[in-house]
Amino acid sequence: MSAHNDPFIQRYNTQERLNHWFTAIAFILLILSGFSLFHPSLFWLTNLFGGGPWTRILHPYIGVVMFVSFSALALRFWHHNFLSKNDIQWLKQIPDVIQNHEEKLPEVDRYNAGQKLLFWSMVITIPTLFVTGIIIWQPWFTPYFPRNVDRFAVLLHAFFAFVMSTGIIVHVYAAIWVKGTIRAMIRGTVARGWVKKHHPGWYKRIEQGQDH
Amino acid sequence: MALQSLDIWRRSATTTPGPSQREPIEVAKLIDVTKCIGCKACQSACQEWNDVREEVGVNFGSYQNPHDLTANSWTLMRFAEVEENNNLEWLIRKDGCMHCADPGCLKACPSPGAIIQYKNGIVDFAQENCIGCGYCIKGCPFNIPRISKEDSKVYKCTLCSDRVAVGLEPACIKACPTQALVFGSKEDMKDHAAERIAELKERGFENAGLYDPAGVGGTHVMYVLHHADKPELYSGLAKDPQISPMVSIWKGITKPLALMAMAGAILGGFFHYVGIGPNEVEEEDEEKKA
Repeated sequence: MSAHNDPFIQRYNTQERLNHWFTAIAFILLILSGFSLFHPSLFWLTNLFGGGPWTRILHPYIGVVMFVSFSALALRFWHHNFLSKNDIQWLKQIPDVIQNHEEKLPEVDRYNAGQKLLFWSMVITIPTLFVTGIIIWQPWFTPYFPRNVDRFAVLLHAFFAFVMSTGIIVHVYAAIWVKGTIRAMIRGTVARGWVKKHHPGWYKRIEQGQDH
Repeated sequence: MALQSLDIWRRSATTTPGPSQREPIEVAKLIDVTKCIGCKACQSACQEWNDVREEVGVNFGSYQNPHDLTANSWTLMRFAEVEENNNLEWLIRKDGCMHCADPGCLKACPSPGAIIQYKNGIVDFAQENCIGCGYCIKGCPFNIPRISKEDSKVYKCTLCSDRVAVGLEPACIKACPTQALVFGSKEDMKDHAAERIAELKERGFENAGLYDPAGVGGTHVMYVLHHADKPELYSGLAKDPQISPMVSIWKGITKPLALMAMAGAILGGFFHYVGIGPNEVEEEDEEKKA
């Protein structure tokens, strides 16, 4: 796999890819159904789910599916996402990141600091959305909670939905921006040059036979 | 709108104004707690007119029956025994929707037209538009709306909007044998209340007063209370009811701002792609040694 002349390097195995896309599909359904109730201007999205009551009925079940699927994904990627000293420096040089001056950035390993922060933002927001979602789940659970807990839960749910969605907008754009990235999650492999340019630290470890 | 006598002023989850040219009078129900004998004729009339029936419950040592408001019981006599001025007082309060001028339920509702406020002040639930999310229950500062276990729709007092539309008084008013319940224009009801309060003060209830809480913009159901300084004596009537700040933040300016921020993020990404461009691997990257 890591033979020096092989033009592609494996980044995600089949299970990881399926897990990622299962989570992503659930996420898209949740965004469409959730945002339909977020603001009146988006209520028309309920039509995609068969109307208002069906949207209200389906959304929490899809939420449970995504929570379970994301939990598996988070466990798979957990150990790759601890911040290093290089990551702190990388974050200080965000203008260089945005301007594609990658040569000025400290050496990035398997994930850069932006990817890691996105990971942790999902680790915080998705379980919070799950817990607050349970509290506001009509008709099953809401009646068991005091009214003010219920009010706080629905406020947090909307806020964390916003944070999560904004994070995913960045996640999707980063994949479009950095060419050659999407095939990592579709085919599982990335070009050798892609790894050298964007993840030189990881490339070194591959070369030394420490990874893959 | 079919019912011109009930022009819709505000509609849930609707961001443009309702028809505003016509100026019908505001109506109000006045509940004179000091005249109420607790006969529950209003409860019966409410169920009779609205074609709902409460299940037979169990006695738990109080005249209060059923124990709480339900999807079938839109009004309820609440019985409280309290000691005031070394007297045992039996305070009976007809509980139900207060028809707030600034309704928390309507503010919280995400479904267009599921909650409507007529220009005459009545706040009504249109169950056919209700999606069963229970947000109105979170919005209400009086703990009034009840979700049905049968159909997951929310129900509450309509102030008999169907009767008022054709010039009749609400069913409960019609049934009250002591005229503890009266109905008319809000101005007339305030005048009537002022007379009653003056009488009560003469009789020694120096704290008698009108309950028309300003925190929700006033209500279209008002109480005459002998202890207006302590409304909580009447089975926990809120002293200064307000829409919870959590609901106001949740349903206020924050959501349009959040949508704009997300649209900004997408637009920012697009402009970045056009302005700075994608990050591509060149052939030299491909060949150079890491």
